[in-house]
Amino acid sequence: MTRAAWTFLKLAAAAAIAAFVALAPASAGDAPLPEVPKAAAGTQCVREPEFMRRNHMTMFKHKRDMTVHDGDRTPEFSLKECVTCHAVPGADGQAVKVSDPKHFCRSCHDYAAVKVDCFECHASRPEKTGAAFLDNPHDADVAALSAYLKGAAQ
Amino acid sequence: MSCGTGSCSCKTSEPGIDAGRRAFLKSGGAFTTVALTSTVTLMAFGEAEAAPQAALNAKARWGMLIDVAKCGDGCDACVTACRTENGWAEPKNLATDAQWIRKVTLTDPKSGASKSLPVMCQHCASAPCTDVCPTGASFKRADGIVLVDKHLCIGCRYCMMACPYKARSFIHEALEDQKPHAPRGMGTVESCTMCVHRVDAGQIPACVESCAATGGGAMMFGDLNDPNSDIAKRVAELSATQIRADLGVDPGVHYVNL
Repeated sequence: MTRAAWTFLKLAAAAAIAAFVALAPASAGDAPLPEVPKAAAGTQCVREPEFMRRNHMTMFKHKRDMTVHDGDRTPEFSLKECVTCHAVPGADGQAVKVSDPKHFCRSCHDYAAVKVDCFECHASRPEKTGAAFLDNPHDADVAALSAYLKGAAQ
Repeated sequence: MSCGTGSCSCKTSEPGIDAGRRAFLKSGGAFTTVALTSTVTLMAFGEAEAAPQAALNAKARWGMLIDVAKCGDGCDACVTACRTENGWAEPKNLATDAQWIRKVTLTDPKSGASKSLPVMCQHCASAPCTDVCPTGASFKRADGIVLVDKHLCIGCRYCMMACPYKARSFIHEALEDQKPHAPRGMGTVESCTMCVHRVDAGQIPACVESCAATGGGAMMFGDLNDPNSDIAKRVAELSATQIRADLGVDPGVHYVNL
């Protein structure tokens, strides 16, 4: 083998390795980040998204005991409220159930491979479902709550 | 390695460490006081904010009074209302399907006279279900409502065996589209909640409401502890009875004309 041919071979090998290294991240198949559906328009979460991502399960666990044992049915950290604001409309205009991969909770939990047990008992979508409800989910709940609080204050 | 081996320098440096430790503890003590003070302030602040939100009235004992004379033989308005409110289907298999409330017909074999009455969880003051529950899932709220905390229920069904009123059901199959205010799911036991979500919102149970609207007006709901409440007065006036009062479990559901 001539010196020139040997040099060419070395260069070709280096180019091949460089190409492989450059392509490697794509070919290794990174899992795409979850597409988290947006909450209903005009709603405000009880905490910052960073806090909720890390702590929602702890807040639920605290709140559930207060609700079941002490009757605290205030909306903050209530699973029912989360499900209401984060209802995702499906193809039929109705909010999707947790059995649909587009469900708000599933979008992240599928990615993180963490099983959600909540919806074995809890409703995974608002009771009053459909387009009209998704536009303005809070009216009925807020009216009922304020009426009750006014009654309790008297 | 322990100091007993003699190979470490603990002994020689002990006075120095001791002094340092003392200084640290002193500063730590001061810090604790500050931390405690701030915690107390925070706690007080939190309680002041949370106070008006608590829905449970711990002084109440919620109960019902059912006038059997007004309860129609073929009427099941209360049962239908309960099913709609809490989302349980009409039972097809009576041995396994959930039943939160049922109409029971009593017939005197001698005279043939019969009476029809609704029976549901009797919300006992000394509830046998809470006594036997191994996890504390069966419990009585401070206002007398007996519930299952399904977060804790392991589905052992001891409570179903303990209940003298056959009031509890076990969910055998997976469910979906439950009512948001009435979570219920496979592997847990459930029963009448006295519509606790409505009571917490200042409303009356669905069965009582429906009995007044479309039934015979046989049911009354109220606070048995409040001597001025309609229900307490009527229980006293009519000398209402409880089913199997001899068991001494003191049910919150009272019956008249039984």
